[in-house]
Amino acid sequence: MAEILQISNLSEHIYRVRLVAPRIAKRRKAGQFVIVRVTPDGERIPLTIANASAEEGWIELIIQAVGESTRVLRDMQVGDHLEDLAGPLGRATKVEKVGRVLCIGGGVGIAPLRPIAEAFKAAGNHVTTILGARTSDLIILRDDMDQISDELYIATDDGSAGEKGFPTDIFARLLDTGNTYDEAVVVGPPVMMKFTSLKTLDAGVPTMCSLNPIMIDGTGMCGGCRVTVAGEPRFACVDGPEFDAASVEWDDLLNRLSGYDKIAERNHTCRIGTDEK
Amino acid sequence: MKNSPRIPMPERNPRERARTFDEVKKGYTEEEAVGEAKRCLQCKKPLCMKGCPVSIDIPAFIKELSERNFERAHDIIKNTNSLPGVCGRVCPQEEQCESLCILGHKGDPIAVGNLERYVSDRNMGGHEDTKMPSVGRKVAIAGSGPAGLACAGYLAKRGVAVTVFEALHEIGGVLIYGIPEFRLPNAVVQAEIDELKRMGVVFETNFIVGKTASISELLDEDGFDAIFVGAGAGFPRFPDIPGINANGVYSANEYLTRVNLMQAWKEGSKTPVLKGQHVVVMGGGNVAMDAVRTGFRLGAQDATIVYRRTEHEMPARVEEIHHAREEGVDFELLANPLELLLDDEGFVKEVRCIKMRLGEADASGRRRPEPVEGSEFTLPCDVFIVAIGTKANPIVSRSTKGLETNKKGNVTIIDDWGRTTRDKVYAGGDIVTGAATVILAMGAGKDAAKAILHDLGLNED
Repeated sequence: MAEILQISNLSEHIYRVRLVAPRIAKRRKAGQFVIVRVTPDGERIPLTIANASAEEGWIELIIQAVGESTRVLRDMQVGDHLEDLAGPLGRATKVEKVGRVLCIGGGVGIAPLRPIAEAFKAAGNHVTTILGARTSDLIILRDDMDQISDELYIATDDGSAGEKGFPTDIFARLLDTGNTYDEAVVVGPPVMMKFTSLKTLDAGVPTMCSLNPIMIDGTGMCGGCRVTVAGEPRFACVDGPEFDAASVEWDDLLNRLSGYDKIAERNHTCRIGTDEK
Repeated sequence: MKNSPRIPMPERNPRERARTFDEVKKGYTEEEAVGEAKRCLQCKKPLCMKGCPVSIDIPAFIKELSERNFERAHDIIKNTNSLPGVCGRVCPQEEQCESLCILGHKGDPIAVGNLERYVSDRNMGGHEDTKMPSVGRKVAIAGSGPAGLACAGYLAKRGVAVTVFEALHEIGGVLIYGIPEFRLPNAVVQAEIDELKRMGVVFETNFIVGKTASISELLDEDGFDAIFVGAGAGFPRFPDIPGINANGVYSANEYLTRVNLMQAWKEGSKTPVLKGQHVVVMGGGNVAMDAVRTGFRLGAQDATIVYRRTEHEMPARVEEIHHAREEGVDFELLANPLELLLDDEGFVKEVRCIKMRLGEADASGRRRPEPVEGSEFTLPCDVFIVAIGTKANPIVSRSTKGLETNKKGNVTIIDDWGRTTRDKVYAGGDIVTGAATVILAMGAGKDAAKAILHDLGLNED
């Protein structure tokens, strides 16, 4: 059981939840996640740790209320308890002083990017951040990322915040004006990660991405989160969630992620609440 | 010497049971149990005990049972086995105690497993608090599967304060997520765990040793005197064939976890599972049998085992193979999947296999299966389940300095008692041996408990 300390709305459908979790807060590192079960009959869902305080014993999760569990969580109050909270899981981001680091985040993927950018900054790197989303309301953690980053750029599909276009457009311009990067980290929807990392890799920048496959136990037992990386089956929960973007077989991941949605579509056509996907 | 036939345990009708999760074997009546117990010869030098990995005093409990002293029979079993309801159901008795029974030479051996189950079920939940006086030591256990529970029970019975850490939200490990209700009802596991709780064992769920806290932290900061690692095998293995990452392909662990732990078979369950019409399972062990029979229970038209050797080499229990056959499972023996063919939405629709024949014996002494050229065939398949074993889970070894593992990643033990290369750290079960049976894991948990007691100066051998 994990008590909710704070819950607030970051944008339409995106919420920040602060939970009592002293053990996890003490040990978690950038890149790690937790498994949550909201109600006694709920599913097990993986969520990244967006922030934490070891001193105060809390962690923060950022959720997009798109599925049943995340909608129930959204409607909970301070003082309510989540049924289960387990973690921190996954391997921590490999953070070193490499020089100039580019952090690209899309949509709710900005949440896991936050601690990663913070860790790279703390390691003495120059951090350039590009955030992207459909529209300005969906740009979350803007102030946090602004504080962490040496440079911050924003792209929206409709031009309602920052520049109209995609993060890759901004990246291309930064390259054109003579900027170089030693490493890139890309976190966001899988399709965005696939196409963005193609660009960064093309520019010769080693790129890490944080994958979000379907998971159940989160400790390697079920193998549901397997992804093909460099031709080998790897388990995102234990070997990841971060991998070298150049080695990920994206189409495998995309296909598996859409599996249960396709089944649900076959069974009935109700699409309430799925518009955010 | 009269040798009357064994009294069989009644079973549900195959056609009816193949569509429900109710337990297949119904249990003895009192008369059946006592009648079977009376067949025991009460050998002076009982061979059956030699076949039992946890050395239950089998003749003694059967004698009490034959005299209708049900509680005393239970106490005798419990003295060495904290999970008799589980063992009575899932132990391969035919290879252990029962295989050595003298009665087996000229007829049927005593049904030790059935009797153990009867005694356990009859006494379930009926006992008072059994907490022992504290000896002032505390031990942590990583993993609440059979190895961890056996270790916990043995230590708690001797006054050690035990905390069991479990990564999942429910206690029981493979007994809960892996073995289906029709073979081992979760309620039986729960009752045995409740008894451990009454003995004072503390359970902490959602706690991943190596992640939520390291072994060093548990020993140095939380003050545990020793820790037993019974983390299970972990990682499922997958064959390297095209299509293995398609939708509709599960490891047996994932499939069974969705169904058993997350109850995906129930109407309105929040955890989905693909309910196929044509379920194909790759493998020939007990887990493969559990998966294929689960496929039927989720509504499959046909459910098929594909196994690359013959039935003779199948690692599954004879009883499980028999039950599967009775329920209508098809067996494609001497066959191996080559490729999964997908539909245009990325779901598996067919599995292409090849016929095999047995060649020369390999290092394991079993004849190596070889493909028969030109013998490819396809089976319709919308759910493909892989049950070909597991690899070691690296979470504990990666996070623990000084804990050596072997080439396969399993934790190395330096003696027969589960001592590892790191002081105060013990290990047993699948994390040491690779995938094995419930009872072998329990035996390892119990042996480690003995070593812990000895090393803590608590007078055990």
